[in-house]
Amino acid sequence: MAGERRTTALPGGIDRLYRAGLRTAGVIVLAIMATVGLFLLDRGFSALAVAKWRFLSTQNWQPDSHNFGIAAVLPGTLLIAGVAIVVAVPLAIGMALFISEYLTGWWQRTLTSAVDLMAAVPSVVFGLWGFHFLQGDIGITDLSAWLARYLGWIPLFAVTGADPDDPLASRTVYTSSTFIAGIVVGLMVMPIICAVMREAFSQAPAGEREGAYALGATRWGMIGAVVLPFGRGGMIGGTMLGLGRAMGETIAVYMIVAAVYRFQPHILQNGANSVSAMIALQYGSASQFGLSALMAAGLVLFLLTLVVNFAASAVIARSRSGQMSEG
Amino acid sequence: MTTLSRTRRNTNAAQDSERAAVWGGLLGAVALTALLFTQVVPYIGIMAYVVVGYLVFLCLYALLISMDNDRQAVKDRVIATLIALVALLALLVLTVIVIYVFIRGLQALSHLNFFTDDLSLAGSLDPLTVGGIIHAVIGTLEQISIALVITIPLGIATSVFLSETRGVFTRFVRTIVEAMTALPSIVAGLFIYAVVILALGFSKSGLAAGLALSVMMLPIIVRAADVVIRLVPGNLREAGLALGAGQWRTMWHVVLPTARSGLTTAVILGTARGVGETSPVLLTAGYTAAINADPTSGPQVSLPLATFTLMQSPQPDMVARGFGAALVLMFVVLTLFLVARVLGGRPAGVLSARQQRRRALASIADLRRFQDREDS
Repeated sequence: MAGERRTTALPGGIDRLYRAGLRTAGVIVLAIMATVGLFLLDRGFSALAVAKWRFLSTQNWQPDSHNFGIAAVLPGTLLIAGVAIVVAVPLAIGMALFISEYLTGWWQRTLTSAVDLMAAVPSVVFGLWGFHFLQGDIGITDLSAWLARYLGWIPLFAVTGADPDDPLASRTVYTSSTFIAGIVVGLMVMPIICAVMREAFSQAPAGEREGAYALGATRWGMIGAVVLPFGRGGMIGGTMLGLGRAMGETIAVYMIVAAVYRFQPHILQNGANSVSAMIALQYGSASQFGLSALMAAGLVLFLLTLVVNFAASAVIARSRSGQMSEG
Repeated sequence: MTTLSRTRRNTNAAQDSERAAVWGGLLGAVALTALLFTQVVPYIGIMAYVVVGYLVFLCLYALLISMDNDRQAVKDRVIATLIALVALLALLVLTVIVIYVFIRGLQALSHLNFFTDDLSLAGSLDPLTVGGIIHAVIGTLEQISIALVITIPLGIATSVFLSETRGVFTRFVRTIVEAMTALPSIVAGLFIYAVVILALGFSKSGLAAGLALSVMMLPIIVRAADVVIRLVPGNLREAGLALGAGQWRTMWHVVLPTARSGLTTAVILGTARGVGETSPVLLTAGYTAAINADPTSGPQVSLPLATFTLMQSPQPDMVARGFGAALVLMFVVLTLFLVARVLGGRPAGVLSARQQRRRALASIADLRRFQDREDS
């Protein structure tokens, strides 16, 4: 067959249309995302311009009398997320190690699926379980009372207005607390953390595992020498990913806590709040300015989860690049 | 020549003596703890019994193992039981959540009218034989459909854009999309509430809820689909281009079919997240107890929102309906998840048995066609 053979793609025709289409999709998504971000910034700053630095130091939420700030709800968010991480991380490490190192075959696949499925259980289900089962049926408040009795000398675990030594005292002071909300949120983020950790553990190189065994290590010796060091990035990254999710969680916290607008430093005691729960509580009755104030709070929360998420993906990405072993 | 002993050495980690040690430790722990709590200290509670029993088991087990193993082996076995315990505990808690909602929800689900009626006629004191949640099921279906109509084409086109083009703009879009996955869902709802409902003056509706879900789901789907498309082997793409196909044809006939199962999984998992999400819907959909099949006007409730609202009621029957709605919601999520597992269980380019048969038939047909042409 005669004729010139072309060596470059023809500049035109359907491919040009295709590239234009792709670019348009990218631009649309970018426009949507940028609109959300810029709108939040714009409206948030109109509230921040009124409140100035008092926004970070005021423990109150009355935007219409210009007396509002996140000094109560932001530490509240961090406390709930902190309890959640303390609950979730040990469980996630144990689960991830058990799946990747102690199980094989059918059991490994099944438990992996089960954990992934748990990550998809809606938060409203966790919320109603926490409220009715954890706080109602089995009485997690007994555990709260026990902690308050023996650890009450630590300010974090102190409880005011109740005598922890009296076993017959009413437990209502221990309900709807940071502690209970934190446990529920922790169980909610545990599967997400576990999935990242399991992935990192299973990528530990087989050569080095065999090397450890060949040198006479027990299974735990091998895990300590090979799997955990290789999975460290995944462990840190997964934890931070879970932290980001825990800080943004709304509905489960809303359903459990008794909202307060003063900072409650006693995690076992009734009364707590978080930025997202406050938005869900306040948006309906908010004026135009009140909505801007809520957006400012939402913006601060978003910036916080943004930093945590980017740090997490940076740590995870770096641990992946380090998976290649020598030899 | 003497015959060597040829019995195979048992390499199985769990040997008979170790199994005996586990059972011995367990029996001893149960007995000792029972003795402790009946004879020495008063019974405190089941939790204390379990915790003390476990500690006793650890001590006994370590003692039994140390009778014919060294210190390293003892450490290994004790830590193995610890890890197994933590994993079982986590699994137990998650199972309890599912079973608890199942048991509480069954009460409402056992009445057939729960699936066929709405709540408009059910007063707060009416028994479970009146009213149902069909309005919430309709709302969920419509809202997630609106969200999917927006996010599937846009999300997949964007993920193709991210994986097929290079440059400053692509990197910028990828960074922004990654940043947006951190957006708390309540803030997505707040954005739609402020823009669509307050600024543009639309009423709270299913459409607004669908838009809020779209804002939330779009970055999730783009990122998941981007990962899947990047897993398509480069040599397939190069083969397409080498055969003279343009970029568009390579994408449409090679890359997308290869990544199909993974893309489906990405969309379904995004859907599962969106279906269960309450907070964006709470701000944008409004609440109604009646069927509203028109998403463009009037409040329209969805399953998670119905669950959430019914749980706030002080009436036990309303709470039971809430549990019923939660159970239906969990069933929907579970089904979506299982479908995703069945479709996405294979890596890119690996075919199911039926797909392989179809390819083989097509190949035979091609062969016949070529032979016919040669014959003529």
